[in-house]
Amino acid sequence: MPKIRLDGLTKRYGNFEVLHGIDLEMDDAEFTVLVGPSGCGKSTTLRMIAGLETVSDGEIYINDKPISHLEPKDRDLAMVFQDYALYPHMDVAKNMSFALRLQKRPRAEIDKKVHEVAEMLGLTEYLHRKPAELSGGQRQRVAMGRALTRDSSTFLFDEPLSNLDAKLRTQMRAELAMMRQRVHKNMIYVTHDQIEAMTLADRIVVMHDGHIQQEGKPETLFKTPVNKFVAGFLGTPPMNFLDAVIESKGDDTYLTGHNFSLRCDDATLQRLTDYPLQEICLGIRPSDLEYDAAAHADESLSLQVDIAEYIGAQSVLISHSGEQKVMVELKSDTPITLGEELNFRVSLEDIHLFNPSDDRAIP
Amino acid sequence: MSYSTINRLTPYIFLAPALVIMVIALLYPLGYMVFGSFRDWDPSQSIGETSFIGLGNYISLWNDPNFHESLIVTLKFAITVVFVEMIVGVGLALLLDRNLRGMSVLRTMFILPMMIAPVVVGLIWRYMYHPSIGIFNQTLEKIGLGSVDWLGQHALLSVIIADIWQWTPFIFILSLAALQSLPRSALEAARIDGASGWQQIIYIKIPLMMPVLIVTCLLRLIDAFKVLEVILVMTEGGPGLSTEILALRISRTATEFRELGVAAAMSNYLLMLLLILTIIMLAFNKLQEMKAERQRRAVEAEKG
Repeated sequence: MPKIRLDGLTKRYGNFEVLHGIDLEMDDAEFTVLVGPSGCGKSTTLRMIAGLETVSDGEIYINDKPISHLEPKDRDLAMVFQDYALYPHMDVAKNMSFALRLQKRPRAEIDKKVHEVAEMLGLTEYLHRKPAELSGGQRQRVAMGRALTRDSSTFLFDEPLSNLDAKLRTQMRAELAMMRQRVHKNMIYVTHDQIEAMTLADRIVVMHDGHIQQEGKPETLFKTPVNKFVAGFLGTPPMNFLDAVIESKGDDTYLTGHNFSLRCDDATLQRLTDYPLQEICLGIRPSDLEYDAAAHADESLSLQVDIAEYIGAQSVLISHSGEQKVMVELKSDTPITLGEELNFRVSLEDIHLFNPSDDRAIP
Repeated sequence: MSYSTINRLTPYIFLAPALVIMVIALLYPLGYMVFGSFRDWDPSQSIGETSFIGLGNYISLWNDPNFHESLIVTLKFAITVVFVEMIVGVGLALLLDRNLRGMSVLRTMFILPMMIAPVVVGLIWRYMYHPSIGIFNQTLEKIGLGSVDWLGQHALLSVIIADIWQWTPFIFILSLAALQSLPRSALEAARIDGASGWQQIIYIKIPLMMPVLIVTCLLRLIDAFKVLEVILVMTEGGPGLSTEILALRISRTATEFRELGVAAAMSNYLLMLLLILTIIMLAFNKLQEMKAERQRRAVEAEKG
């Protein structure tokens, strides 16, 4: 499979720059997910790779060949659109075979390919229906099928699941993951949904305000986010951020915030050696807080629980400590009383530290 | 009167004024015309004094070579103008369906001819076609090609050109609206699937515009069969009968030849022709609706 590389990719509308020099290299047959909130430039990036948007600056390389001057049809790629973009006047078989028919492939070959893909996606009995006669999930599958019948080396997905209802989305996500194992192709997938990103990606690229914030394996980004944005964006419920100052009392150093004071262990002290400021921001994932009534004050947060959201095996507690809202995720059978001050143990090795002046993580 | 009776009657009470006006303004004259077409009717007589001659007017028209000639001229005119207008109008729409600077000004300019009153259009073209002072012949002579007898020998072609000039914008504007309401992403998908600009037009744009194009075409055809003013002003049907379209012949039969019964019968022939076209159009619309309804049901049935 060809390698795709973006070099300083920039997009401007008039004087307004929406994408500020994206550099990205995708490995062979990798599933890359561009994820970020609305307006972060992820779809624009994808559409520039597809050739549907012009490139203002920078270049897209496929196998080290610049391609930004090429028409979409000359880029050897297939794309699945958010609203499916099926041809309303063609039936499913015709939709799926459109590209092959344009290439004037032999009839028998086209039929074989269409049936193969229809079989794989469970569309065989719908081959002669028009898109209007299909449900949302089936249309989504046809859109996928249309991309698959082509032997393109690269698949682009532009938020393909966001028009489906929650149950169908979960199901299609699993199907996509399965398809991904069978189809050895480059895939670039855009979504605003971080769960889709985490479950599907070999490599996640988190984007914000037209910049890449961080890229890497899902676990890497989850465990060692480089800044507060990535830390807060990945993971549900999102990470809690608490402001604190570094204080020395006697021999010990404390991270002291409103209503809490955590004593630093040696490892944490090590992390703070070269840290220049007094102020610091703590990032604690809701799942890293552990209910422990006996926990000592210098290793725990004291939280007043306002609401417990029961999800099933797990519950999410929405609580506060002074002004600060803190979320906790724990097993539903933990005995919790609403409205009381409870102790939650914080283990310092799970804690993320950020510099409040630039929001960057302290490694 | 019980409450439920009033309730049931309410819609009819509200509709009544409109219905009365329609009956007076539409059905009464129509009935009068149908009634008159079966009579030997001279404008000096009141209709009560006329004698009933059955299908006499229709039969004499059926055998009248001048009526045939007029019918053929009308068909030639209508089919040619609509054919050319469709091609040019849709072509222009395809060409101008892009967001470039100045495009909206250009679009506005293209639809101007449609806004001009037909009589004025007729006059403008009559002057332009004038054998000695008309702009066409002056230009042709200046470049040494010699003058053309526009409203003489080539009268039918000349009125066809004028009609194309006036009514192409109608097709242009409806096609452009149809084009701009096409699903953008389907066109993008076609680009990615490898369709060239031309292939996008043939395989995606035109088929998706087809419902609008068919209705537009029928509307234009109905209109073209009824054309009167432009030709009246330009040629008055001449020379000879070469541009005497049906509407013109009807009016002349009634006013010059003073044969109201024959004119009425001729109107009914034209009416039948237009009715057939209208029925085709309505049937087509109904078909589209039924198709959409069937598809909607199929999806709902599947959902259970």
